[in-house]
Amino acid sequence: MAIDKFLVEASHIMMFARSVGDANPIYHDEEYAKRTDSGGIIAPPTFAQSSAQFDPDYFLRPKIGGEGWFGSGKEATGSKPSKDSGGGGGGGAAMGLHAEQHFEYHMTLKAGDVLTATTKPGNSWEKESKRAGKLKFSESVTEYRNQDGELVITATGVGVQTERAVDS
Amino acid sequence: MLKENEIKVGDTHSSVLVEDLKRTQIVQYAGASGDYNPLHTDEIFTTQIAGYPSVFAHGMLSMGLTGTMLTDYVGDGALKKYGVRFTNQVWPGDTLTGKATIIEIRQEDDGKVIDLMIETTNQDNVSVITGNATAKIES
Repeated sequence: MAIDKFLVEASHIMMFARSVGDANPIYHDEEYAKRTDSGGIIAPPTFAQSSAQFDPDYFLRPKIGGEGWFGSGKEATGSKPSKDSGGGGGGGAAMGLHAEQHFEYHMTLKAGDVLTATTKPGNSWEKESKRAGKLKFSESVTEYRNQDGELVITATGVGVQTERAVDS
Repeated sequence: MLKENEIKVGDTHSSVLVEDLKRTQIVQYAGASGDYNPLHTDEIFTTQIAGYPSVFAHGMLSMGLTGTMLTDYVGDGALKKYGVRFTNQVWPGDTLTGKATIIEIRQEDDGKVIDLMIETTNQDNVSVITGNATAKIES
């Protein structure tokens, strides 16, 4: 996965903060945020995950005029997207689950920043589990750099492919 | 930001992250994050095709909710690291409580930091997230 332009915008930060139940005004009130040490609106700690919005090939988004979708319409199925088409900083493939996520913050991510992201595969390993059969883990490491080329966030995601649905 | 003379190893901070998680909040997270995997929002697909009892929350929604508790404690722009394992699924109707515990106070090249152990549990006291964080503090 590579993202050429991830625009970090105040309105997107506001919507993202709402969705994770965060009412902190530093995520939506510019006047308040100006008076803080950061000098403006900043992004919540997991915001980089929404870079998926800026990945043209992100496989967990229905495509306009696209290749079909695997959610229910008239029937309870559809075509599955390719397992190889992007990963959004981890999270696994089509029927995969997200096993782990790690962020390292080198700088504070702010509204107005323009990021690029490049992802490289990391380790992969297998494990047997009682609750979901054979588990195949794979790691991906994404580096987010700002408009000055500075490293802002390193994100490491671990996805897992399960043999069957996880017993609860 | 936390001040070194006001904290000690073993201090905890905890808060209720969400009560009776609604499917609508999961939809809200799908829209904001861009992860439209139908396992999180499409009950028909998830029960009939994928074989789960209902839709369930994105792991990243649980991590995001837990992050709200974390930044409320350590302050804005203080985090240096934040990482989690998703240990159990989170379902509509769940009530989640997040807790951070200071396990170490130490010096890094650019200042004092704390290491935190993180756990988020559901209403049955089952762990859904375990993790760690490192945050800057004022010395």
